[in-house]
Amino acid sequence: MSAPVQITLSINGEPITATVAPRMMLVDFLREVAALTGTHLGCAHGVCGACTVRLDGASVRSCLMLAVQAEGTEIETIEGLADSGAEADLLDAFHRHNAVQCGYCSSGMLVSAAELLAQGGVPDRATIRDHISGNYCRCTGYQSIVDAVEEVARTRAGKAGAGA
Amino acid sequence: MSVTTRYDRPNSYIGKSVPRPNAVRLLHGRGRYVDDKVLPRMLHAAFLRSPHAHARILRIDAAAARSMPGVVAVFDGNDIAQVMTPWVGVLTHLSGMRSPPQPALARDVARWQGEPVVMVVAHSRAAAEDALERIEVEYEPLVPVCDMQAALAPEAPRIHPELDSNLCWERKIEVGDVDAAFAAQGATVVERSFTFGRHTGVTLEPRAVIADYDPAEDRLTMHYSGQAPHMMQAVIARHLNMPEARVRVVAQDVGGSFGIKIHTYGDEMATLAASKLLRRPVKFVADRLESFQSDIHARDHRITARAAIDGEGRLTAVEIDDITGIGPYSVYPRSSGIEGNQVINLTGAPYDLPAYRARLRVVFQNKVPMCQYRAVGHPIAMAVMEGLMDEMAAASGRDPAELRRLNLRADDSYPSASPQGMRFADLSHQACLEKLLDLMDYKTLRAECDRLRQQGVYRGIGLVSMVEVTNPSPMFYGVGGAPIAAQDGASVRLDASGAVHVSNSITEQGQGTEAILAQIAAEVMGVDISTVHVVTGDTAVVPYGGGTWASRGAGIGGEAMYQAARALRQQILATAAAILQTRPEKLDLCEGQVVDADSLEPRIPLSDLARMVYYRGNELPEGLQPELIASRHFKVSDYPFVFTNGAMASYVEVDPETGMVKLLGHWVVEDVGTILNEKLVDEQIRGGVVQGIGGALFEECLYSQDGQLLNATMADYLVPMASEMLDIHIAHVVTPTRTSELGAKGAGEAGTAGAPGAVMNAVNDALRPLGAHMAQMPMTPERILRALGRV
Repeated sequence: MSAPVQITLSINGEPITATVAPRMMLVDFLREVAALTGTHLGCAHGVCGACTVRLDGASVRSCLMLAVQAEGTEIETIEGLADSGAEADLLDAFHRHNAVQCGYCSSGMLVSAAELLAQGGVPDRATIRDHISGNYCRCTGYQSIVDAVEEVARTRAGKAGAGA
Repeated sequence: MSVTTRYDRPNSYIGKSVPRPNAVRLLHGRGRYVDDKVLPRMLHAAFLRSPHAHARILRIDAAAARSMPGVVAVFDGNDIAQVMTPWVGVLTHLSGMRSPPQPALARDVARWQGEPVVMVVAHSRAAAEDALERIEVEYEPLVPVCDMQAALAPEAPRIHPELDSNLCWERKIEVGDVDAAFAAQGATVVERSFTFGRHTGVTLEPRAVIADYDPAEDRLTMHYSGQAPHMMQAVIARHLNMPEARVRVVAQDVGGSFGIKIHTYGDEMATLAASKLLRRPVKFVADRLESFQSDIHARDHRITARAAIDGEGRLTAVEIDDITGIGPYSVYPRSSGIEGNQVINLTGAPYDLPAYRARLRVVFQNKVPMCQYRAVGHPIAMAVMEGLMDEMAAASGRDPAELRRLNLRADDSYPSASPQGMRFADLSHQACLEKLLDLMDYKTLRAECDRLRQQGVYRGIGLVSMVEVTNPSPMFYGVGGAPIAAQDGASVRLDASGAVHVSNSITEQGQGTEAILAQIAAEVMGVDISTVHVVTGDTAVVPYGGGTWASRGAGIGGEAMYQAARALRQQILATAAAILQTRPEKLDLCEGQVVDADSLEPRIPLSDLARMVYYRGNELPEGLQPELIASRHFKVSDYPFVFTNGAMASYVEVDPETGMVKLLGHWVVEDVGTILNEKLVDEQIRGGVVQGIGGALFEECLYSQDGQLLNATMADYLVPMASEMLDIHIAHVVTPTRTSELGAKGAGEAGTAGAPGAVMNAVNDALRPLGAHMAQMPMTPERILRALGRV
């Protein structure tokens, strides 16, 4: 084991400095050091998408990245995404459509869905399915998630079209 | 659709698609899963697991591991056995079943690759895993017994030398003159052999436990990711030799379970033992490799089945022979016999069937233990019978829908019983099939299939008529000696602010358990649902009961909730009547108030009544002793199970060049009795269908011949993802069960029960003009190409 390394980064707008083992994965850093347990570990292979967070604006798998690689970055987790209110309509749509059952995939799923919605327009259902196809959900069968994302895309496009 | 409710007025929630109040915090990242919890002085466990499917443990050298930084303790099977007794996973009503005692950690012999052998407890999981690498175990490899048929051969090595064979259990059924039916003149007889591979639950949250033993109180708390807290309480107490009341099991948020998290696992039990030995909290969270190697696997059947219809197309006999491989032990305490038992109990259940013969053999093998997983046995029973129905339709020149019409149990024929002795009531097979054919526009779709075949496009339709066992009575487990309650309890109380607090022994894994409890309580109590507060999952506070499994939550826990709320309602009305100097029947509850029953004019708010009772008892009429709390328990009586029924259809296209199956349509009509929350019911069905499709097309635990699991990562084991799945159309027929006042049956497993058979029939319908036939799941592209003779 090599010596601990000090890292400084921003999580949900708050600066954090910590000393971590070089081998610590970003997901473990978020959960254990930053105590942001909304990000979940599912497969540890970058396959299931449960650990997806936003890093400098892009979706990343926090189980495939070392904490030390996040030095100097800005990370957004589900806690920040929810608290900021920026995706309130998406969270509300997930709730109304029951696009959440056990909730374990939800944080990663929401980050992925938000990424698609940020591209604007109204993606068709196949495009939505394709975009979230890196996020495993065992409970819902995905349809309600597609419903929620599609509805938010329509609503946002309607508002944009109305110049609101 | 609309559902009739007896309360057509404000606070009417039963039957409405109310969003789950407790889902918001999950969406905000505020879930409380086991691994999210950190306790003071908590240690972390990791396990060294057997690399061999079958091997004698000659020597364990953990000296180097013990001296690693951060390591607090190392335990092997003998250490844990000092404080924990082994368990035996047999049920006495499954007559003749046998399974040797299973230790938490392997002792002397390891019997599957992945069986826990040594446990390291350290200050961090990383430190514990580092120490695992320093442990030396000397194994003497033994001959692995992996193939279930070979395991039954007289010369096969015995997995348990104390038993005379590798047979765990055998059961036979014979009713009616089966041989005569098959030999009858004019009969159309088909016979097929089916193979159903092993798959597993792949809950996104792996199994997880924190064991927290407090020696000052001699109290052990288990933070549990699971479905049946009271069952675990009994299991832990029994095997750690503690009074049950000194064991507390707490299940908060659970990241999926599907039957995976309802069994006794050696690693979890060893974690509990370690906490007791070390007198401080110990956490164990399975990683994904451990999940594949130690979560129970499911299915694993080889079946030969035949069926006959007479010249009129009427079913005359069915015969089935099922061999199922369960790993080296029957899993405790539910046993690994129920899966196969359900297969032979349920085959043919939707149909009028005069003669039936079955043989089930449950076989030990050196693979991960197999046990109950969502829809236990049903997908096999339905796929076999529905597969035979389609083959008989083809062989006799009948339309598959028509053959089902001819043979389904009539909607006006209940109560009735099957040759296996299953008792049916309140079913609607005929109505469901007709509604399904209408919903999917069967005739148009059939014409489209036929037209496209002329163009070399191979599409097929698969139908399934099905039953599902729900709301089980004590005849499922309790009768066989397992510490598993068939009843559930509900409690409801009014606090001084007028808010309603309910607790219930059924548990939440995302189905919406807490939502339907709140709906029921709010409606009966006449309050806004936002004033109802629900607690589940904690043996220290909820009434005693079975938990959530076998699609029993709504039907049993929901009925208990209904009865408890009705009792409290009566108590409140009696109190209010005494205060208001009227009779209880002149009063009602509505929008948080006691109201006049006829005019609905408010008489006194519940909050005022509660405050008077709790704070100013001196103002109450003399002699009045109000109780603002009520509890009720409910179990199903008169019937062993409350069956549901449904019909399902799949529409697929098979590419004969690649063997790929494209899902084009899926329709479900299901009768779950009274619908408490249609959205939640539909989402249970959708999720279940997709899980069933996973087993039909993608999911399989692949083993080498010597018992090595070959695809134990999510990169190698395929699960359904959004892009391969499709929108699923759902409709309902509503026939309330007579066994309860609410009339709700279960809804959690029907999707998984029926989908594999529907997809298999659709694939076979598509392949029929090509002369190919599939009878093995998952139906991978390679297997389809083999069936087509292309590879």
